[in-house]
Amino acid sequence: MTTATVKKIRRAFTGNEAGAEAMRQINPDVAAVFPITPQTELMHAFASFVANGKVKTELVMVESEHSAMSATVGASAAGARAMTATSANGLALMWEIVYIAASSRLPIVMPIINRALSGPINIHCDHSDMMGCRDSGWIQMFSENSQEEYDNLIQAIRIAEHPDVLLPVMVGQDGFIISHSLESVEVFDDEEVRDFIGEYHPKNPLLDTDHPYTFGPLDLQDYYMEHKRQQHQGMQNARQVILDTGKEFGEKFGHHYSNFEEFHLEDAEIGMIALGSTAGTAKVAVENLREQGKKVGLLKLRVFRPFPFKELVEAVKHLKGLIVLDRSDSFGAMGGPVFLDVSASLNNLTKKPVTRNLIYGLGGRDMKVQDLEKIFGMMEKTVKTGKGAGSSQYYGARGDD
Amino acid sequence: MAKTEMKKKRKIDIMAEMPERLSSGHRLCAGCGASIAARQILRGTTDPVVISCATGCLEVASTIYPYTAWEVPFIHNAFENSAATISGVEAAFRSLKKQGKIPKNKKIKFVAFGGDGGTYDIGIQSLSGALERGHDFVYVCYDNEAYMNTGIQRSSATPFGAFTNTSPAGSCSFGKSQFRKDLTMICAAHHIPYAAQASIGYWQDLVKKAEKALAVEGPAFLLVLAPCPRGWRFPMEKTVEIGKLAVDTCFWPLYEIENGVFKLTKKIPDKKKKPITEWLKSQGRFKHLFEECNENVIEEIQQKIDEDWQRYLKTNGDKIF
Amino acid sequence: MKLMTWQEIPIGGLILEAGNAKKFLTGDWRSQRPILDEEKCINCLTCFMVCPDGSIVLKDGKMSGFNYDYCKGCGICAYECPVKCITMKPEEDFR
Repeated sequence: MTTATVKKIRRAFTGNEAGAEAMRQINPDVAAVFPITPQTELMHAFASFVANGKVKTELVMVESEHSAMSATVGASAAGARAMTATSANGLALMWEIVYIAASSRLPIVMPIINRALSGPINIHCDHSDMMGCRDSGWIQMFSENSQEEYDNLIQAIRIAEHPDVLLPVMVGQDGFIISHSLESVEVFDDEEVRDFIGEYHPKNPLLDTDHPYTFGPLDLQDYYMEHKRQQHQGMQNARQVILDTGKEFGEKFGHHYSNFEEFHLEDAEIGMIALGSTAGTAKVAVENLREQGKKVGLLKLRVFRPFPFKELVEAVKHLKGLIVLDRSDSFGAMGGPVFLDVSASLNNLTKKPVTRNLIYGLGGRDMKVQDLEKIFGMMEKTVKTGKGAGSSQYYGARGDD
Repeated sequence: MAKTEMKKKRKIDIMAEMPERLSSGHRLCAGCGASIAARQILRGTTDPVVISCATGCLEVASTIYPYTAWEVPFIHNAFENSAATISGVEAAFRSLKKQGKIPKNKKIKFVAFGGDGGTYDIGIQSLSGALERGHDFVYVCYDNEAYMNTGIQRSSATPFGAFTNTSPAGSCSFGKSQFRKDLTMICAAHHIPYAAQASIGYWQDLVKKAEKALAVEGPAFLLVLAPCPRGWRFPMEKTVEIGKLAVDTCFWPLYEIENGVFKLTKKIPDKKKKPITEWLKSQGRFKHLFEECNENVIEEIQQKIDEDWQRYLKTNGDKIF
Repeated sequence: MKLMTWQEIPIGGLILEAGNAKKFLTGDWRSQRPILDEEKCINCLTCFMVCPDGSIVLKDGKMSGFNYDYCKGCGICAYECPVKCITMKPEEDFR
């Protein structure tokens, strides 16, 4: 099918509304949710769909995020397509069950409206919530804008439920910056979306009382490691499935997706890696600097887990300098989480770009076009002088130069 | 037809014919009260059941990979979320049924198990939420009055004066210094159609309550005393006996709250009511209470039991919620 | 039991075979063995209801003995029996 045949309309949506719209089309059997800023608006919109019969979802308004994830695990194990959504502290409260969802191989899809993790308490954007559970076994994607939030959620269902994968997926969107900003979003026809994601046919549902299965046994020295090895394989398999799904989505809907997006990167000398809304801002900075003749480019990382290390190395190995932006700290580490993975990925290159890491935007601190232009300038100097090479610093905290 | 065949079946014959849902080969301790509770309660219905279970003795000992002792669908998620997990399972059932993906006439009884630690303490929020939301399920707390799976630590179910490894008796301590939380009343206060307190000491009473709990629509709650030979320090053949003694001393009154109406299901006549010392004497965890310095502790326990019992007698038949 | 590889087992820790714990015999935990005196037994089936291990064998709805593959020898059946038709004997006597 070609793009032209897919019916679509343009809607003005906040990121939260775009997420809710994707959920309406996905039409999960069960959603279990608990309110937290800035995720609330998404759930308001979805609750209204439920209240007006636009979806067949059983909405379970639980008493905590811990129970939200627990009930979602129960529903998914039962054989339902199950979703939840949260932010920051809510994700932290789910933590224990986030791991159980992944290790039970349940294809749950969860929008995360990225927000700084307390304390002190803060409701604005950073990536500390999702980065904290980067080793939980979930597939993790970040969205640049409302359109990507919508597109990613639809693809996430296909990726999660793929028989070679069967892992949960969390799709991030920057709290307030995306979740509460109105943008133009292309919404595809309901039937086309449903045709794309398909029906869910669980292999061994708990509700099959004729074939009683046991979920969540005590797994000791004899088999725990084999189960982890399987989980590892599921994540490895996800690499290809993510690419295939992105390609198929592009062919059908005209929006093409890969692990990351390269923006003026091919002929660039100075590159930047950024996630989420900052990548959108960085595109403007790149264009501005290109107009000035600067050879700068951007790699917008969409898929953080599984980390696309091979492809990423290919895309950045020609650069003289690479600045990696992290919207969360990994206290006591060599740098932020993105920097750590990028650095490890580059490790086997004989001729590597000069790298540098900046931790920025914590708790919703602004990152403007001018800031990003300045950062490219900083990196240019680092390449020339070597000063700051390999370092990780805060950007935008008063008291630092 | 021969006369003998005409003979009406006893309740126990019917029970014996019911499907065994927890198979042999589980690795609960010899003489464990929890497995007796599970075997008896699950005889309360012939409908298919789906079970969730909190982390604890019953769960770990029945599902050591690659073995499961469960003959029915079973899910363990974590320690504090048996009720939340079954909420999701039950919601999935309603959703799939509503959509015609599961036949309209399909019946499933949802049962969530948890020990006292997983219910009174770490799981009470998840239980309260599930009861309030009105899911169609039965929550069964098998109460062995301490965290037994982790090695006998005090919980809010541990009785006053009991030794546990985190409420040890010593020169400055007579064991646990707080009375048990009244969990059945807490659950009944959620205005659920059925809540009851039972003991494996009286299986007829327990099975009857299980049948009622499984039959009602909406949430039901069962608190079942499940004596633990290991943690309570008594010989393993006495598990059921001690379950009876708890009732006969009025330490563990058998009652139910059906649509808000409180009813004692076993009245102990004054002359048959045994002194609490009989129950305390039967278990090593109370041994220290019989030292001279702890006389007042036993008095305090007896006084509390007497007061509670009088209150129960007075309330019997009243609509309390 | 031969341990399987990660490719051979179902994913997610799922156990597909209900009640396969029956393959795990717990009878060797036993130090005391219950012995039934059929003459005395009144078939009240109390033992059946109170056995923690489902080890009371019924034939045509009547008490017919014990499943020693699983009986852990707790002795609850003997203790609770109203006519004392079950006695616990040291396991050594049967070796």
